[in-house]
This record gives sequence, structure tokens and C-alpha cells, in this order.
Amino acid sequence: MNFDDTPQEAEFRAKARAWIDANAPKQYESDLRKASLGRVVLKDANVLDVAKAWQKKKADAGWAVPHWPKEYGGRGASPIERVIWQQEEGVFGKLTAMFIIGQGMCGPTMMAYASEDQKRHYLPPLGSGEKVWCQLFSEPAGGSDVAGLRTRAEKDGDDWVINGQKIWTSGAHYSDYGILITRTDPTVPKHKGLTMFFLDMKSEGVEVRPIKQANGNSDFNEVYFTNVRIPDSQRLGGVGDGWNVSLTTLMNERMSIGANVATGFPELFDYCNSLTLDGTPALDDRAVRSKLASWAVKASGLKYTSFRSISALSKGQRPGPENSIGKLVAGSMIQEVAMYALDLQGAAGVLSGPEDADVAGRFQAMLLRSPATRVEGGTDEILRNIIAERVLGLPGDIRVDKDVPFNQIPTKGRA
Amino acid sequence: MNFDFSDDQKQLRDQARRFLAEKSPPRAVRAVLEGKADYDRELWKGLAEMGFLGVAIPEEFGGTGAGYLELCVIAEELGRALAPVPFASTVYLAAEALLIAGSVEQKQKWLPKISSGEAIGTLALFEGTGNPSPKAIKIAASNGTLSGTKKPVADGAIADFAIVAARTGNSGREADISLFLVDLKAGGVTAKPLQNVDPSRQQAELAFDGAKAEPLGAAGEGWSILSRVLDRAAVLIAFEQVGGADRALEMGRDYALDRIAFGRPIGSFQAIKHILADMYVSATLARSNCYYGAWALSTDAGELAEAAAAARISATQAFQHCAKQNIQVHGGMGFTWEFDCHLYYRRSNALALALGSQSYWEDQLIDRMRQKNAA
Ligand SMILES: Cc1cc2nc3c(=O)[nH]c(=O)nc-3n(C[C@H](O)[C@H](O)[C@H](O)COP(=O)(O)OP(=O)(O)OC[C@H]3O[C@@H](n4cnc5c(N)ncnc54)[C@H](O)[C@@H]3O)c2cc1C
Ligand SMILES: Cc1cc2nc3c(=O)[nH]c(=O)nc-3n(C[C@H](O)[C@H](O)[C@H](O)COP(=O)(O)OP(=O)(O)OC[C@H]3O[C@@H](n4cnc5c(N)ncnc54)[C@H](O)[C@@H]3O)c2cc1C
Repeated sequence: MNFDDTPQEAEFRAKARAWIDANAPKQYESDLRKASLGRVVLKDANVLDVAKAWQKKKADAGWAVPHWPKEYGGRGASPIERVIWQQEEGVFGKLTAMFIIGQGMCGPTMMAYASEDQKRHYLPPLGSGEKVWCQLFSEPAGGSDVAGLRTRAEKDGDDWVINGQKIWTSGAHYSDYGILITRTDPTVPKHKGLTMFFLDMKSEGVEVRPIKQANGNSDFNEVYFTNVRIPDSQRLGGVGDGWNVSLTTLMNERMSIGANVATGFPELFDYCNSLTLDGTPALDDRAVRSKLASWAVKASGLKYTSFRSISALSKGQRPGPENSIGKLVAGSMIQEVAMYALDLQGAAGVLSGPEDADVAGRFQAMLLRSPATRVEGGTDEILRNIIAERVLGLPGDIRVDKDVPFNQIPTKGRA
Repeated sequence: MNFDFSDDQKQLRDQARRFLAEKSPPRAVRAVLEGKADYDRELWKGLAEMGFLGVAIPEEFGGTGAGYLELCVIAEELGRALAPVPFASTVYLAAEALLIAGSVEQKQKWLPKISSGEAIGTLALFEGTGNPSPKAIKIAASNGTLSGTKKPVADGAIADFAIVAARTGNSGREADISLFLVDLKAGGVTAKPLQNVDPSRQQAELAFDGAKAEPLGAAGEGWSILSRVLDRAAVLIAFEQVGGADRALEMGRDYALDRIAFGRPIGSFQAIKHILADMYVSATLARSNCYYGAWALSTDAGELAEAAAAARISATQAFQHCAKQNIQVHGGMGFTWEFDCHLYYRRSNALALALGSQSYWEDQLIDRMRQKNAA
């Protein structure tokens, strides 16, 4: 048992570290350190611009998507080297948030199902951040139950004609392309009539309407499709095979999102470390200590769980569904942490302006953003189902809609 | 990074699991629980023969000298099997105190007997309610003798010797505390078994009345030695807790698959699936914290105190959570004497207190994190 790199890993790490040291946008380092869930603010600069510039610089040196094959813009790094890169990129990795969906989910799906020409054309600019991609899966009728989606694709000559609506599409308002799952056959059971495509978000008939979120920001959107034409050559996988294709995407979602989830603990500990309550250090307070200790062991438990996964990766094994615990634990934790940080501020905890609130309102922003963590990319309940079924081997839910033709499934709850 | 046990260590774990499945089945645990024996002598002998008692004791003192990672995997299996033997008292506490602070003669006298199963040892620290603290130690040593009472002392009534924390000064500081080694069979000590929530492991009161006590380690060093002993034991007991938590989870899962209610296995109800998923989560977090503790213990790292506290807190939470929810999954059956659920419930709550309560370990953890932060 040890934490040492193998000689090859150490060599890779040294190379990555040297390059980052020489090239990272260090003028933003301290702002990025202060950034947390719900708030990334850079002094005198727009986050998107800085993020794109950093991504491009990495791409020019082969570091943008190190684990992708060279011909698609990567450097063919192994899974463990990818982890080492992320460790070394550290706080600058916070700049990659806007690329995670595209590079983490759309890219691998393209890699698995697009033609060779398409891969060479579309993947390098996706890796370099010059083109941004979004994931058009969820619909009003199906989020957890994605396979309940209703957006139609109908064949017309060499094209498909798309009509319907997606929702919760992160980044659609600044995306150039998207991967889109549709229903091509409503007369068969729901998982069997789906087909996947990729499309240009500037296509005629695509309308993106930002949704104002509960925290006041607008990071996700509704996307409407009215007679949008997609050439058959942009189909990913067979007609009716969309469910299997989407599993590729969702499996990669697990790998990229599960890797390094925010718990809010380091922020809370720092805060308590500098806080006084009634004239004595907060860290001397028994109740504060007890709360912190319980969260500390969750945070360290997650950290060392990921170390165990990394060790498995390093031996060439694939991470399994047990990685679902990361977001499940961190999601509720960051929400509770934020509430507690406000509680420590007394009545003034209600103030959220950067000038009035402690630590520039970072915990107030965290509080307001955190409910989404428990929903996006698989809700807490869905993650518990996955653990129960895939890890513990308990029976699947009884599915009343499984073998029923899609167009005969009821669509209303209470009449 | 290789943050995992080696293949050899995993083999040792499998070997220990098979051995304990045979020698420490629930029937054997119940024999002690129900007062038919004060501990399982056959099992104790078997553990000695397997070399498990001396796995972290150097060969020159009669052990196998394999190491702490090996001891961790054995501890996990002892916890899973609820082994009704004084292993923790003897091996994690008494032997470790001897290894850290014993003179060559003391080590030569006691460690080979521990490895061979001839001697049971324990640590006599507590004096009634409260957490480990120099101030809580009232029992005083003078002229090589001890007088006063310690309770609870794990396995105190079956132990051959005890490491006793006693007062040798009155400055109000840690330096007031020194450790002593007392041969419990040499007179001047009365042991009285005490009722406790987990009778599958014994608790006792030890009354010292002018008992002969030889110093263990330098005078005034007692508290710093003790802290180190407690940190090491915390990691090892945490492994027992993780073993117990995993077993409780398995029992719940198995029952959920077999028990039919409302025409379905109860494991098909989400209410039950989610209980079991949460048990898996807490057991996994605890296991990962324990691995870090194992690394720190085996390398005697500067991080040991922090790692031990994290492992201890996390494993205590996980075992209590899994044992309690295992009963819930079993419904009414979980509340019967006949089903084994209560054995795990009892053990989880006894182990939670074995080295002082959660708040002691919370303090340890936060103090260390604070020091690290200041550095
Ligand atoms: C910030 C944010 C960003 C997002 N970005 C994207 C994106 O870029 N692209 C995209 O396609 N989607 C995106 N989503 C959508 C996200 O995937 C869905 O919101 C999520 O899967 C839940 O679906 P839903 O909102 O329809 O809720 P529902 O599925 O209607 O769930 C409502 C409640 O019912 C519970 N529930 C549902 N089914 C079950 C079940 N079988 N068992 C037990 N409980 C159940 C859920 O856990 C939840 O508590 C985003 C969501 C958020 C919040
Ligand atoms: C101290 C005690 C006294 C009792 N006294 C009496 C008495 O005087 N008279 C009498 O008739 N009975 C009595 N009972 C029995 C008691 O009513 C049952 O134990 C209880 O109803 C649970 O049933 P069960 O034990 O068969 O568990 P099960 O029904 O097998 O339940 C096992 C687990 O599955 C869960 N579960 C079962 N069905 C579902 C579902 N549909 N959805 C979600 N989860 C589910 C349960 O919540 C439980 O966690 C007593 C029980 C106890 C413990």
C-alpha cells in the first residue's frame, strides 16, 4: 500500500506540472481558489473567455483532452494519466466546467459511433474548446425516465425531420453542436423506438430559450425543434438503437462527474478556522467541532474512495457503478454545509451580497445552487436505485411500462 | 498509486475469513453472550496457532513479524465474525503499549506469551464515565504499588496482566500520568465482571489494593505513550467495525432477497433498497478512511493521529448505522433473540465506546486538522 507514482506516472506528472507551471493563467489563481459551487467570479475578466483561452492553449500543446487519441486532438494518455493531469491542473480545472458535458459525454459518444471522417472533423475543435457541445436528452416528459422522451424524428428522403422539445439543456445558449436523442418509432416499447443524432445548433428550426433557475442564474435552457432537418449521416448508431447509444453517454457521465465532486468541506473548514463566536475561536466550540468532524470524514472517505478507484484504474480495471456514491454523498453534504455556514453567521447569514456577507457570499451562493446537484446527472433516488440494483443485486423496480407500446403508456397522473 | 492491500494480504484475509467462519460461527458467539463461557478458549488457541496473535509482533519476541497491514485484514475478519475473544485488549492495546514503551525484559516476558496465546493482556484506563483525559485519572501509584479502581476494563476479569494508567504527580498536566504493568495474578487485585450491552465481550472492574506495579516507559510519559497506543488501536478497531458493518449489510441484503411481503421480495421495495444503498455508502466511506488509517499505521506516518481519528469516527458511524438498519430490514424478526441481528447491534454500540466516545475522536481530528492548517 502506497501513494507513489510508478516511474512512468512520475514522468508524466513532472511533464504536466512543468507545462502548467509555465502556462497556466496564474493571474486568476486566487480568484479561482475562492470560487465554489454556484459562483465563479474573475476580477476584470469574463469566465467564458478565460476558459476558452486556457482550453485552446492546452490544446495547442496537446493537453486539452490528454486521454483522447492523438488524431482527435488528445495525446493518447492512459486513464491514470488523465487523473494525474486533473490533479496537476488543480484549481485551473475549475475553468473547464463549460466543456465537461461536451468533452466528457458528447465526445466519447461521437468516438464510439461517428464515422472516421466525422471524428476527425468534429472532435479536435471540441477538445480545444473552439466548439462547445451540449447534451439534448431530458424532456418535460422524461428526466430520470429519459426513455419516456417524446421528441419525434421522422425519415424524409436522406434526412430526418425533428419536432419536439428538450429541457434543462445546460449550455445550449452558447453551444455549437449537440447530441440529440429522439423517438423514431412510438409503436414499440419505449426503449426500442429511440434513435440518436448529432446536430448543428444553428440549424433552421432550433430555438433556444434560457430558463431562469431557482438561484437566479441561467445556465440551462429549453430547446424547441420545429421541422429541423438532420442528414441521416449524422445518425449515431442504428435506427432504434438510441437507448444503447445513450448508455455510452451516461456511463461516461459517471466517469467524468464522479471524479471530483465538490463537498463544500474545505471552504467550511477554512471559514471556521478564521471565525470567532462570542469572542472565542469557532474551532474551540464543541458543537462546531462535532459537525466539522462528521463532514470531515465524509470528505476524506470520498477522497480515499476515489484513490481506491484510481488504484484500480492504475491496474487497468474499469471503475464500476460503485462510483455512484460520490455525487450522492457530496450532493446532500454541500447543501447541509452551506446551511450550516449561514447558521454560523446568525441573522446576518441571510445577507447574500458579496460586500455584506462573510467570505463574499460564497456560502449563500452555494446554498442556492446546491439543490441542483442532487438532481442533475441522476437524482439521489436514481443513484440509490443504481447502487441497490447494480452493486447489491436487489431486484429492479417493477416496470409497468416495460413491454407496452410507447403510444399506449398513460401520460397523466391525477386526472 | 497503489492504495490497496497486496494479493498476499488479500489471501491472508480469505484465510482468516474461512478460519473464523468455521471457528467463530454465531453459535460460538452466543455461547459467550449467554454466559456459558467468559471467552472462547478454543478459538483463542486457534488464533495463536494460525499466528494471528503475533502478526505484528517481531520474531525476536515470538511473533511472525508480518506487519500492521496484515493485522488490519485480520481485524476486519474478527469484526465480521464478532469473534468472542480478548483480541483487541491483548493485541491492539497491551501488546502495542509494550512494543512502544516496554523494556527489553518486559517485552521478552510478555510478548512471546501473547503470541502463543498463553497470556491475555488489557489496558486499564477508564475510571467511570468520561473520555480519556489526564484529569480523569485518579488512581495513584506510590512506592511501586497501586491502589484504586478502574472501570470499565475490557476483558479485565480474564486478563493475566494489565497496563494501568496512574497518577504520579499533581501538577495538573499530562506529565502527571505514568503507565504501569501489573501482573493481575500476583495478588492485590480483585476483578469483578460487569454487565454490559455486549456480553460477547467482557467488561470488568479492577480494584487495586497495594498491587505491585512496575513502570512501563519513563515516569511522566504515560499520556504520550497512551495517545499513541490509542491511535494505533483506533485504526485496528475501525477495521473490526468495517468488517461488522459489511456483514450487517450482507445480512440485510440477503434477508431482503428472501423475505416475501405483499407478494414480492421486500428487496424490491424502494424503501428497503434505499436503506440498503445508504448502508453500502456508509460502509464504503468507512472502508476508505480505514485504508488510509492502515497506511498511516503501517508506515508510522506523521498523519497517524488524524488518520486514526477519521477511521474511528467513520467506522463507528458506519457500523452503528448498518447494524441498526439491518434490524429494520428484518422487521419483527430483527428484534428476536434468535436472529443474529442484535449481536451486531450490540457489538456496534460496544465498539463505538471502546476507546472513549465519538467526541474524544472528534476533538483529536479537529485538533490535528487545525495544527496542519496552521503549519
Ligand atoms: C442544473 C441542471 C443541469 C442539467 N443539465 C442537463 C443537460 O445538460 N442535459 C440534459 O439532458 N439534462 C440535464 N438536466 C436534467 C437532469 O438530468 C434531470 O433533471 C434529472 O435526470 C431528473 O429528471 P427530472 O427533472 O425530469 O425529474 P423527475 O425524473 O420527474 O424526478 C422527480 C422526482 O421523482 C424521483 N423519481 C423519478 N423516477 C424515480 C424512480 N424510478 N424511483 C425513485 N424516484 C424517482 C426523482 O428522484 C425526483 O426526486 C439538468 C438538470 C439540472 C438540475
Ligand atoms: C415488539 C413487537 C411487538 C409486537 N406486537 C404485536 C402484537 O401484539 N400483535 C401482532 O399482531 N403483531 C405484533 N408485532 C408484529 C408487528 O406488527 C410486525 O413485526 C410488523 O408489522 C412488521 O412485520 P414483519 O415483522 O413481518 O416485517 P416485514 O413485513 O417482513 O418487513 C420487513 C421489512 O420490510 C419492510 N416492508 C415490508 N413491506 C413493505 C412495503 N410494502 N413497502 C416498503 N417496505 C416494506 C418493512 O418496513 C421492514 O423494514 C409486534 C412486533 C414487535 C417488534
